[in-house]
Amino acid sequence: MSFEEKPGAVIKVPVWLRPWLLLAVLLVLWQIAIQRHPGQLLPGPWGVVGGIADLLRHGLLLKYVVASLFRVTWGFGLAVILAVPLGMVIGWYTRAEMALNPIIQILRPISPLAWIPIAILWFGVGDLSAIFLIFLGSFFPLLLTAMNAVRGVPAVYVNAGRNFGLRPIDLFVRILYPAAVPQLIIGLRITLGIAWLVVVAAEMIAVNSGLGFLIVDARNAGNRYDLVVAGMVIIGLIGLLLDWGIRSLERVKSFRWSYSEE
Amino acid sequence: MESSVAASATRIAVQVEDVGMIFTRDGKQTLVLDNINLEVGEGEFVCLLGPSGCGKSTLLNIMAGFLSPTSGTVRVGGEVVQGPDPRRIVVFQERGVFPWLTVEENIGFGLAALDRKERQHRINHYVGMVGLKGFENSYPSDLSGGMKQRLEVARALAVNPDMLLLDEPFGALDSITRLTMRRELLRIWEAERKTILFVTHDIDEAVQLADRVVVMSARPATIQQIVTIDIPHPRDLSSPRYLELRDGIFQQIGLAHHV
Repeated sequence: MSFEEKPGAVIKVPVWLRPWLLLAVLLVLWQIAIQRHPGQLLPGPWGVVGGIADLLRHGLLLKYVVASLFRVTWGFGLAVILAVPLGMVIGWYTRAEMALNPIIQILRPISPLAWIPIAILWFGVGDLSAIFLIFLGSFFPLLLTAMNAVRGVPAVYVNAGRNFGLRPIDLFVRILYPAAVPQLIIGLRITLGIAWLVVVAAEMIAVNSGLGFLIVDARNAGNRYDLVVAGMVIIGLIGLLLDWGIRSLERVKSFRWSYSEE
Repeated sequence: MESSVAASATRIAVQVEDVGMIFTRDGKQTLVLDNINLEVGEGEFVCLLGPSGCGKSTLLNIMAGFLSPTSGTVRVGGEVVQGPDPRRIVVFQERGVFPWLTVEENIGFGLAALDRKERQHRINHYVGMVGLKGFENSYPSDLSGGMKQRLEVARALAVNPDMLLLDEPFGALDSITRLTMRRELLRIWEAERKTILFVTHDIDEAVQLADRVVVMSARPATIQQIVTIDIPHPRDLSSPRYLELRDGIFQQIGLAHHV
């Protein structure tokens, strides 16, 4: 009987509503805590809402969001276009991998943020620097994902492809790439998350716009912590939306096979 | 019966001459195939029968061109085999169909050189032949094991190969589906008259299907005996001749047929 709910004990909350309810409770607790201990430690949720309204009024929110997304699109997009085909070729040809692996393994653990001085030296303060940093932060994870994905393609698909007389280029396009897509989508998801982390950091130093700049600027120009936290909330929400967007790829029928099988 | 005892009358499709295969792993050499000699006639249905892991799949992969033998040669149509070729298509044990393509796209995979109309025509023909009508736009993950295997056979037949090489194609299926699949394969073979090499470890399967059964020993594999199955299709599985041939192979392999 322990599985049955006692009649009349609780009001049933639909499953989809529960996480939102929890969020609302936490926000209320946050607001109460701030009101009982007013000070400089943190703005309350109400103050943050006011901050977001302020940003909207001045037309800054949209401008900064667009600026950040613009940089991520270019940096991440270029990394995808270059790293995925390159990684697949390197992963497929053992000799290429043996030759390049030491270089990749040395460059990979260097945080893209360590490149900030060099980025500014090469590209100055501006979009190019930020795009370059996002590109670097996305390139190596994607390269390694593609290398591993192509190595993980079952031999039976490769043999079947060769059996039908595919030339190497067709083998990549018609067998290795589609067989690697499920792995690649996972890599894209993780890497887009990294790119979104890097853009905020890059904008704190290398440019004069964007959500990262907003956070630093709000602090420097008068300790507006309501705007700082507003910026953080917006960053979180957009990160969530980006992840949703890329996860929708997993539902494409011709990509979905590896999730439904075994 | 032109379907049986075809080897002497028709042209030779495959010639395996003194083929040996040694695998080297971690510096250790394993002799897998030892001095294999075999001829297969055009349009003949030959089963390679042997215990699991004996090397019969290795022999099939050598004939397909995926592996080069350590010694000896394989000739197909007089030419030495040097790599895979669309004229001889392998049907793999499992999961050989491409899961990212639909049924239609799988069958059309090897038909890129044809114009659209001809390709669609062939796809429709083979969709019908293997009984997948209504599933043209389904993905393999929505098909049963038997349907996937039929799909792979259809994809192989669509490129009109001279020869099909089947590597324990029905091994992963349940016993009822397996029986149906054997009947289907024989029906297709009688319609298309391809040369078929069929690897199996199932004695009944070999005797039900083949014109000749090549009985192979455990590793290193040698050819123990070649048994001609002189029973016309459809075969009566309780006829004295069927049981006699089957029991003969059981004894050859060293098994009494009591459980």
